[in-house]
Amino acid sequence: MTALTRTLVPGFRIRNSWIVPLLIAGACVFLVIGSLQSSLFAQQTVSGLANGGIYASLAVALVLIYRATEVINFAQGGLATVTTYVAWQLIDWGLTYWLAFAATLGIAFVGGMLVELVAIRPVERRGNVLTIVIASIGLLILAEGAVGWIWGAQVKFMPSAFPARVFHVGGVAFSFQDIGTIGVSIAAVFVLWLFFRFTKVGLAMRAAAVRPAAARLVGIRVSWMLSLGWGLAAVLGAVSGLMAAASPSVLLQPSMMDGILIYAFAAAVLGGLESPAGAVVGGLSIGVILNLLPTYVDWVAPALLLPVAFVVMLVVLLVKPSGLFGRTRVRKV
Amino acid sequence: MRSSLVVRSVVIGAVALAIALAPFILSDYNRSQGATVAVFFIAILGLNIVTGYTGQISIGHGAFMAIGGYTTAILVHDHGWSELSTIPLAALVGFAAGVIVGVPALRFHGTYLALVTFAVALAVPQVAKNYSHFTGGTEGLVLPAHTGLWLYGVSWAAAAILFVLAWLILRARTGRAFRAVRDSEVAAASSGVSLAAYKTVAFGVSAAFAGVAGSIYVLVNNFVNPDLFGLTLSLYILIGAVVGGLGSLWGVLVGAAFIQLLPIGLTSSHVLSSQSVPVIFGAIVILVMALVPRGAADLLRAIVSLHVRRGSNAPSP
Repeated sequence: MTALTRTLVPGFRIRNSWIVPLLIAGACVFLVIGSLQSSLFAQQTVSGLANGGIYASLAVALVLIYRATEVINFAQGGLATVTTYVAWQLIDWGLTYWLAFAATLGIAFVGGMLVELVAIRPVERRGNVLTIVIASIGLLILAEGAVGWIWGAQVKFMPSAFPARVFHVGGVAFSFQDIGTIGVSIAAVFVLWLFFRFTKVGLAMRAAAVRPAAARLVGIRVSWMLSLGWGLAAVLGAVSGLMAAASPSVLLQPSMMDGILIYAFAAAVLGGLESPAGAVVGGLSIGVILNLLPTYVDWVAPALLLPVAFVVMLVVLLVKPSGLFGRTRVRKV
Repeated sequence: MRSSLVVRSVVIGAVALAIALAPFILSDYNRSQGATVAVFFIAILGLNIVTGYTGQISIGHGAFMAIGGYTTAILVHDHGWSELSTIPLAALVGFAAGVIVGVPALRFHGTYLALVTFAVALAVPQVAKNYSHFTGGTEGLVLPAHTGLWLYGVSWAAAAILFVLAWLILRARTGRAFRAVRDSEVAAASSGVSLAAYKTVAFGVSAAFAGVAGSIYVLVNNFVNPDLFGLTLSLYILIGAVVGGLGSLWGVLVGAAFIQLLPIGLTSSHVLSSQSVPVIFGAIVILVMALVPRGAADLLRAIVSLHVRRGSNAPSP
């Protein structure tokens, strides 16, 4: 039984000897020492972690779907944009922020399941990886197009959930915005982890993802588990979108998640694409890297952040395709 | 079989004639719209070589178009080259860029390749934005304008040459090797097809086509800036290839006309606002993937073979 549990929770285990933990510990020590040395470094690290939380929640959403279907959902960012606009609309209608937040998560869950049912399942029935990937790109165009059609292409203003103040710890100013973003993103991922770890439905979903045939034999409705997975991924995406819209560096417009999607890709790849824990670590790392690089390296202009994320992704895929936390696979040819 | 060949030649001849005669009845504005169709035709042709025939998905063909487009723009704007002489060079630079992306792409399959090329599509315009002393940055570079007739002639001449070239490549040994790689890498490798060489060549040739498309695209628009080659362009080319039919030269024209003319048709007929275009595109892509994953070409083929079979009274299998 314990062996079975272990095979069902591959993501939460570090299989790659001692190098990876050492690497992560080293990075943490570097960040802590740097933060103690310089208040600029500390501030940049914390806002990097805040951005990282946004990337991490979207990356975990990608990983959820990848583990179940071996397909990257290119529409994840687009769907997140739709839910973010829904939240904006609810707030515009007079709901308080957190009420709108909760309602949006509910809408995202139902919407994600519906999308899987209507758009993905008919394609999946006869498709290979290529057709599903293209269908998800169709979904991305559809989602961003729908946002532009309904709400217009102009930038909207999204109120923030957190007070626009800073507090000081040892001469370093931290903003409530950053701390709140980190807190909400990590909390969302943590709740999801609890769900997968301690509920029966969570166990069934893991089983359906890892061994669909065997799961079907023990009476799990695998196709419903897939829909459920899309619903949960959409909820995480919504968290990511809402936190992104609240951040001062992202404008609420139809293409708001395009760049963030690439950072989430890089995060998921860095974490191994199959591991939710890896996606969180990857997201936070990418966030910090992309915040510290332009601060300290002159030629890395803000316009080059996307190319930098691309290079990170490429290097990981070429040097260690299984990422920090992934399993190594053998392929013929 | 022979009658299907006849049908095919007649259809190709008729389409070629229609394209050749069209500029005489079109207005000058519509001629430049027609030139844009040719640009998409070339780009989709290129994408089809790598994705349709070799099975390597690329979402980043807008990036190769950008590279070709900037090659032309910089040479014309800063170095006084004549427009036409930059087109072969754009092809060459595109080929080089394709090989550079193609070599690391050898190690990626399916989803991973989609990821990497998607990131290329987003990253390249950012690079153009950053090195503004070369590329004119966000403002871009303005080039001399041309008449619609000139653009139509140049773009469709290039399209015709490249179509024949693609046909020659794909029907011969190289094309068979591409399809073998697509259908089964194991089988291809064990028949002596070098996967690495053919995949890289497919990427290079495909990107060279995209480079030419980008070069002419810049001439048609008579300016270049990073937004001209945004993510949307890459996605639309993919849509065109998918709607027309991956792995079919027939469908390329359908795909190109679809992505350029459908938005114009929708907007000018006042059925729907132009903002609804992406929604309709997205829905059509999903529908095509769900119903006819091999696109319009498959539908056409089915109709033609049905017609031929009925005409020759051959027993249906």
